[in-house]
Amino acid sequence: MARAAVLGRLTWRAVTVTGVRDETATARTLVLDAGDWPGHLPGQHLDLRLTSADGYSTQRSYSIASAGPGPVEITVAAVDGGEVSPYLARDVRPGDQFEVRGPVGGYFVWRREDPAPVLLAAGGSGIVPLMAMIRDRSASDSRVPFRLVYSIRSPAEAIYARELARRVRDDHGLDVTYLYSRSAPEGWRRAPSRIRPGDLVANGWPPELDPLCFVCGPTGFVEATATLLAGAGHPAGRIKTERFGG
Amino acid sequence: MAIVARGFTGRGRSDPALPPGQYLTQDFPVLSAGPTPRIDTSRWQFTLATETGERQSWTWEQFLALPSEDVTVDLHCVTKWSKLGSHWTGVPLEEFLGELDTSAEYASVSSYGGYTTNLPVEDLLGGQAWIAHRYDGEDLTPEHGGPARLLVPHLYLWKSAKWIRGIQLLIEDEPGFWETAGYHNYGDPWREQRYWGD
Repeated sequence: MARAAVLGRLTWRAVTVTGVRDETATARTLVLDAGDWPGHLPGQHLDLRLTSADGYSTQRSYSIASAGPGPVEITVAAVDGGEVSPYLARDVRPGDQFEVRGPVGGYFVWRREDPAPVLLAAGGSGIVPLMAMIRDRSASDSRVPFRLVYSIRSPAEAIYARELARRVRDDHGLDVTYLYSRSAPEGWRRAPSRIRPGDLVANGWPPELDPLCFVCGPTGFVEATATLLAGAGHPAGRIKTERFGG
Repeated sequence: MAIVARGFTGRGRSDPALPPGQYLTQDFPVLSAGPTPRIDTSRWQFTLATETGERQSWTWEQFLALPSEDVTVDLHCVTKWSKLGSHWTGVPLEEFLGELDTSAEYASVSSYGGYTTNLPVEDLLGGQAWIAHRYDGEDLTPEHGGPARLLVPHLYLWKSAKWIRGIQLLIEDEPGFWETAGYHNYGDPWREQRYWGD
């Protein structure tokens, strides 16, 4: 069979939560000891399985937030009424265990050896796999220019805000632009709105530079952003999308 | 033995209509790897090619003139959501393949925008697959694969190629976009064939 590579079977492994970090009022990062985790590329996700004491179990997929070797991190935003996300984002504490398998997904990934400039467009918790790319860029001392355009409803919803501010200062060649859709900080020059063509012209890359564009977020954001990028002349094959939920 | 997640109860029981590892959703999530192609039906064409290079094409009008069926099917996405009882209108694949002289056992499905997926020809026959052009009584929107998509609900939904453009019949199997990127070559949700080796 004409397969590019043959991967082993993805087996479930027990992981232990070694730390939790609140990112916003509703989003929390879980630090996982995943034993002999085989490593992953930034942008990949894992499957997570929760089993209750009476044997019921359910699975979800989560993007991996961390980069490189070391503990695996995921960041989960609690969705009201959700079966899994409120448990992970509110109830889990260090020492707890569940199962994961992965990494999964080989298309929505950034590779260190790719010299093309990168546009990252995040809507809400769509920042997670893009943050893994920013962290991997930093971990590999990459000089590839990255621009992140991060759309959130209000400043309080910014996941990784402090780390991003630090990286803009210390990781040369990383730009971050926030787009607020409902309420902006006082004195912010851009009136709150969803993403507009001008946002990508001002804060993205022109298609002539042949950038690689990663777009991740809720369907509405991804549809709007990918359509704007295609309309601006970016080839479809240079626009990689990942959509959360419906 | 499965690891018990402390304090987790969840919904507490599995719905027998759901394949293993799936959860029920009421909305209709959109998943695709790139921007949504917009294809005008005036330049839409569907082409079927056999293993010997014989080709047959249908324009949008010719496609719509074929007998369609209304079907109610369950959808299972490899990202874990399932949607039960969704209503579609589409042309069964027998209408295209029925009279064809072929000994091909495999099909490679291609889409506007460059997506590909593969499946055995027998999974396209026997009332299991349609080229769908209406969803829930409305013309199929571009986000959900319009103007027309493959609908093969007994396999994970990535096999139901959106924006279908053609089917190439093959003597040897040819893994498609996700099938070469770690996802299962066949993708039976009831056997939980999500990834290579499942």
